[in-house]
Amino acid sequence: MNEQRLSERVLTQEQRKQIDHWLSKFPQEGKRSALIPALHIAQDGNGGYLTNELMDAVAEYIGIEPTWAYEAATFYSMFDTQPVGRHKVNICTNIACMLMGSDDIVAHCEKRLGIKLGETTADNRITLKIEEECLAGCAFGPMMVVDGHYHTQLTPEKVDEILDNLE
Amino acid sequence: MTDNAEATNPETVTIEVDGRELEVPKGSMLIEATDNADIHVPRFCYHRKLSVVANCRMCLVDVEKAPKPLPACATPVAEGMKVRTRSERALKAQKGVMEFLLINHPLDCPICDQGGECELQDLALGYGRGVSRFTERKRAVEDEDLGPLISTEMTRCIHCTRCVRFLEEVAGTRELAALNRGEHTEIGTYVGAGVHSEMSGNIIDLCPVGALTSKPYRFSARSWEMLSHPSVSAHDCVGSNLQIHHVRGAIKRIVPRDNESVNECWIADRDRFAYEGVYSGERLQAPMVRDDSGAWQETDWETALEVAGEHLKGVVTREGGDALGTLVGPTATIEEMYLAGRLTRGLGSANIDARLREADFSDQDRSGTFPALGIELEALDGVEAALLVGSEPRWDQPIVNHRLRKAALQGGAIMSLNYRAQDLNYPLAAERVAAPADMVAEFAAVAAALLETATGRQAPEGLDDLLAGAQVGEAHRAMAARLRDNARTAVLLGQGVQAHPRGAVLRMLGTLVADLSDSRFGILTDGPNQAGAWLAGAVPHRDAGGQPASQPGLDARAMTEAPRQGYLVLGAEPERDCWDGAAAEAALRQAASVVCLTAFVTDAMREYAQVLLPVGTFGETAGTYVSAEGRWQSFPGVAQPVGEARPAWKVLRVLGNVLELDGFEYDAPDAITDELAERCREETPSARVEWLAPGREAAAEDGLYRVGLVPIYGGDALVRRAPALQRTRHATEQGVRISAATAQQQGLADADRVQVQQGGHSTVLPLIIDDALADGAVWVPAGLTATAGLGPMFGPVALARA
Ligand code: SF4
Ligand code: FES
Ligand code: FES
Repeated sequence: MNEQRLSERVLTQEQRKQIDHWLSKFPQEGKRSALIPALHIAQDGNGGYLTNELMDAVAEYIGIEPTWAYEAATFYSMFDTQPVGRHKVNICTNIACMLMGSDDIVAHCEKRLGIKLGETTADNRITLKIEEECLAGCAFGPMMVVDGHYHTQLTPEKVDEILDNLE
Repeated sequence: MTDNAEATNPETVTIEVDGRELEVPKGSMLIEATDNADIHVPRFCYHRKLSVVANCRMCLVDVEKAPKPLPACATPVAEGMKVRTRSERALKAQKGVMEFLLINHPLDCPICDQGGECELQDLALGYGRGVSRFTERKRAVEDEDLGPLISTEMTRCIHCTRCVRFLEEVAGTRELAALNRGEHTEIGTYVGAGVHSEMSGNIIDLCPVGALTSKPYRFSARSWEMLSHPSVSAHDCVGSNLQIHHVRGAIKRIVPRDNESVNECWIADRDRFAYEGVYSGERLQAPMVRDDSGAWQETDWETALEVAGEHLKGVVTREGGDALGTLVGPTATIEEMYLAGRLTRGLGSANIDARLREADFSDQDRSGTFPALGIELEALDGVEAALLVGSEPRWDQPIVNHRLRKAALQGGAIMSLNYRAQDLNYPLAAERVAAPADMVAEFAAVAAALLETATGRQAPEGLDDLLAGAQVGEAHRAMAARLRDNARTAVLLGQGVQAHPRGAVLRMLGTLVADLSDSRFGILTDGPNQAGAWLAGAVPHRDAGGQPASQPGLDARAMTEAPRQGYLVLGAEPERDCWDGAAAEAALRQAASVVCLTAFVTDAMREYAQVLLPVGTFGETAGTYVSAEGRWQSFPGVAQPVGEARPAWKVLRVLGNVLELDGFEYDAPDAITDELAERCREETPSARVEWLAPGREAAAEDGLYRVGLVPIYGGDALVRRAPALQRTRHATEQGVRISAATAQQQGLADADRVQVQQGGHSTVLPLIIDDALADGAVWVPAGLTATAGLGPMFGPVALARA
């Protein structure tokens, strides 16, 4: 018997308004479709990752079972369920990019940042994400996505420039 | 769900499978067609009661003109389709899938409980290759604790998602999820929440591998050493069909037996795990009598029966037949009830009752044959509207709830009038929460709302008295409208009506509401065999066969409120099983002679009884239960009775002989069943209660009032002793529940524990603030050890800070 609904406590009014916007796009039986945008909204408001409480709050707000939120959040690599750095760097290692030398790009980044894939720099600046899937930029590999922006035909020099510009 | 394709679609198409021509319903999936034709197609994820996901790919078959093999579970049949399930292409596809499935599956079959009954093991044998080409490392998955009932070994999971889909689609609690992706996929709760559905055990049966197995059964037997015999659940009026698996007479586990009209292929956890109680340390091992000093002595059966006979005979010769009372417990079979009834009447007493948890018997002579459900269980799936009054089927009859849920998901309006808001796995169309004192007026208001639109119907005499000034409100009209405006409707009363002090009036109102709305009317009764009790003569007002008794005896409540000199107690723990446990215990203590036929012995029994006779319990005795539907279901005695225990029907038979009563010569229980069935031939089930103008009741006093219903795992001696069930949240999270307003008013808002006082009795329990409850209602469960000595299930109660 919570006096206040979790979603009202954990999500800001602005966030709830944004989720409402997505909810209004789907019919009542399809409200689960608003889950992914809602998780993005919650994640963006929390330094780039989702806590269990946030996932529960999103599920409660949309009116779906929390397990559906857990499934979506753990399935898609665009969601994080552990604390991350200020910037997320996803280097594609799928086949087309691999043929174009993505392994070298990964090695270069790891060396330059002093962390392995899946880790975050000590100053909390950058998280090197483990990316398993093709990021749909195969024609211009090797490529990576940094905070949602595509960078293609990477070379170590280009990577350095991109990384150095991240504050 | 696809399993209904046949029922809903009369059109058919003709297909050919492995050279055989089949005529199959249009729209069905290929696998349904092959299953119905007994053509075996291997599968893991497909289950006829679950949605189709087609994710395991094991069912690939060769369909002519299709460019590649197609999954039989997700391929709709089409006219002229030619299918080959064993062609080279099909076999190659199946073999390939199997090889992939085994890549990450451990080869630990020798230490796996599923070994010998594993679908993966079987199919690997039938469809796999002898050697694995995979030399890389297999993955391992950490196990999660899902609770006391289900063991996990998640490395074995093949991600068929049957468990996830069952919980979502059937149990209505989406507690498991398929987490992560690809090779990292895991089944779990993610947050360690456990699985709590009251139907959770079904995922053990559904899991095709050994990822989910029974925790109580774990490592206790191998599937090939066990024998399997049919049985019937002893815990609710559904009568779920079971299969007992045992090793040389020792019960190892319980699984469902398919019966589409009763439990389909599911059972509740209570049906599945209560058997653990059979081997409780509290089993009475041998007959016991008191010696001259009053101390208990074990003895042989012959002596014990002699002493029991002397006690019973002594009471009736000294004090007359009326001095003897027989209390019949909830799980007694009709054979036992019949013999107990004949024995009691043979001794000159008509005081026998199995309605231990009822309070109001004033309508018994106007009632139908027995408190029947009034509607087929299967028909519950399709009701368009149903009103539940004082009934919480989710906890009392989980299979009924499952069926009502199906109705609700198809748009049926399930409605509730109860002492607390329902905690359900489907939405209710309307709900009223009423304190016990307001229940009659609330229900009368629904009747009055129906009368507002019933042309040419007069309000029956006295309805105004029942309304007691209550106004018909929108909520009552809404309920009335749903019942009136739909064709397939039902009014179902539950435990909360049966135990209510004005139960007779509520049953009469139920009959009226059902008549006015042209609904089916029924009662969801306590225990597995209340219907049987009315038919077998284990009630004081009906003889065996259901005929009115010429000389009715005392009902269960009267027998405890006006104590007798002698009691015969059959399979009951009166201090927990009776409506007023305290009164029952006091009555037994003052009696000169108490003879208990019991499977379990308690301290209370050792104090009040003079003779203790050990009898068989679930699985150990043959017999018959009559479900609320009126379905007679017989089952054999399968397990070896513990210690010296004997089936109760045999004990009663010999006791009849010892007492020199006529007609106690039976060789087998079916002779008793047949004799009784012959006498019941004319009876048609009906719970209807004729209207009789009720008098005006004195207005109930203000103050706290107990609602003492029996929780899901507290209903009978067996389930109360089943350790795994008792460790579930349903059993451990018990306490006194009151609304926040009531707590405030009583100055208990910050109390953790309270003392519950009823009459001269009290107990201390945790306090739970629960706004589901009506104000003024105090939820104090009955049937538990902690509440055993308290007074009536419904009655005034006081709370004090403890
Ligand atoms: S645990 Fe069993 S039922 Fe559930 S997905 Fe895995 S294999 Fe299937
Ligand atoms: S493989 Fe890298 S973007 Fe497609
Ligand atoms: S049974 Fe058809 S894909 Fe699993």
